[in-house]
Amino acid sequence: MAHKHTLYKKQVADIRPVADGVFTLSFIRDFSFKAGQVVAIDLVPDGKPRMYSIASGENEDCIEILFDEKKNGKLTPFLSKLKVGDTIYASEPFGTFRTDVGKGYWIASGTGIAPFISALRSGMIEQKTMMHGGRFDVNFYYSALIEKLLPTKNYVRCCSKQDDTQYYKGRLTQWLKAEVNLPKDAKYYLCGSPEMVVEVRDILISAKIPFQNIISETYF
Amino acid sequence: MKTNLFGLTPFQLKEVVVTLGLPSFTATQLAEWLYKKQVYSFVEMTNLSRQTREKLETNYTIDLTPATKVQTSTDGTKKYLYTTLTAKFIEAAYIPDADRATLCVSTQIGCKMGCLFCMTGKQGFQGNLSAAEILNQIQSLPEYAELTNIVYMGMGEPLDNLEAVLDSIEIMTSDKGYGWSPKRITVSTIGIIPAMITFLEKSQAHLAVSLHSPFDDERREIMPIQNVYPITEVIREIRRWELGRQRRISFEYIMFKGINDTARHANELVRLLNGIKCRINLIRFHPIPDTPLEGTSEAGIVNFQNLLKAKGLTVTVRASRGQDIFAACGLLSTKELLKKQQETDF
Repeated sequence: MAHKHTLYKKQVADIRPVADGVFTLSFIRDFSFKAGQVVAIDLVPDGKPRMYSIASGENEDCIEILFDEKKNGKLTPFLSKLKVGDTIYASEPFGTFRTDVGKGYWIASGTGIAPFISALRSGMIEQKTMMHGGRFDVNFYYSALIEKLLPTKNYVRCCSKQDDTQYYKGRLTQWLKAEVNLPKDAKYYLCGSPEMVVEVRDILISAKIPFQNIISETYF
Repeated sequence: MKTNLFGLTPFQLKEVVVTLGLPSFTATQLAEWLYKKQVYSFVEMTNLSRQTREKLETNYTIDLTPATKVQTSTDGTKKYLYTTLTAKFIEAAYIPDADRATLCVSTQIGCKMGCLFCMTGKQGFQGNLSAAEILNQIQSLPEYAELTNIVYMGMGEPLDNLEAVLDSIEIMTSDKGYGWSPKRITVSTIGIIPAMITFLEKSQAHLAVSLHSPFDDERREIMPIQNVYPITEVIREIRRWELGRQRRISFEYIMFKGINDTARHANELVRLLNGIKCRINLIRFHPIPDTPLEGTSEAGIVNFQNLLKAKGLTVTVRASRGQDIFAACGLLSTKELLKKQQETDF
């Protein structure tokens, strides 16, 4: 019986590197979706697919994902070598990591920015702030798009490893700990590694943000 | 590096003997020595020929690791700390009772799921355990002979490490393994649907689903997994399964004061589980450091239990065990991890 985790054959419409070992991959969209949803992807129809947040907008023709190549990974070393026209298998979009209307902070590390890019591309711009942690300046994916869509004050980049970064030098968690003006009535959306999500959530909770206002998604 | 034979399924042992050019019945003999007779030295495997034992000795090892630390509660609960091959820490809790003795085993080092109420989640994720490392917690337990039940409810999300969990259950339940009944084994999950389907297909062990809130929006505030696999879809999938009389589904429900313990929650829980033959296990919450959550009072738990019972649900309240040694999973190993990090920092 087909259900939402069933995989369907797709052709790669575009694949390109965006930083060392990090790629965007897209394929034609056959399903509608909501920003924040994920797709399960594999190279075979009955394997063990991995999930990726959609980075494209709800009304765009393609579904785009952002992934980093894990050296010993079972899928990404092969995904990164795909070419336009190659076959992949993808599920229909699923999940409920949506962004609500109103004041909201998107907090992401690395490729965890993808669901928020989808929200931005879907027109959710009002009262939103993006906080992104990356190791080097090149790891601030989609920065041109974000700069175009969000006011400068609403886009924070924290660079942990590059001494001559043009952005905040330090970890995202350092920046958050030093920030005293985090509104209690805003929603905070966290996406990234489990370590990052748990650490950021603890910082927000210690800053008296109600846990009900913190919505998280971890990579797994 | 030699491969560890302990933790290989009967089928995997067969692959080993084929690789070594040994007769296939050697796999059955090996399984018997490892899992039935619990002999861990090739020399003592007396029904194997000398050449066979030498071949095995040259290529393989049999490694079990004793616990490095144990804490004993006044109620008899014991928490064992194991150091993994990668120098990480995992723990297993032995919980003796009047008529049973349960071991709660870990399946991962840390966890990826990031549940708000969980201490293990604060470690982040450091790796999966192999089937051998899962079984080692059972076999190396000093009270092994007393065990009546195994629950996969320690550190980690078992269905995020499905292959090793299924292999370990296969070894526990196979006639060529320990020969336990799958009815004595329960695997807990927060509801990773595709893995849950595979588990239900491939195993006969019981399933316990961590529910904790019947409302999608409220559950996602405490359990990030809800954003990917909503509980309503998990329940919908469970409804599709004919589980028979022998197999039990239970729902774990940690009670948080003012968060999930109201009549509104009880009513929705009844609606959500309507028609599913199951048990709801209410669990007292013992706060972890820096948590914004509080546990429901004893009176509140009884009240909630009565609301559910009045609607015909089977509801139990899990006895709190080992409170004086912080027996909730993740506490001991997190302490060890922090200690190690501090030592490293200096």
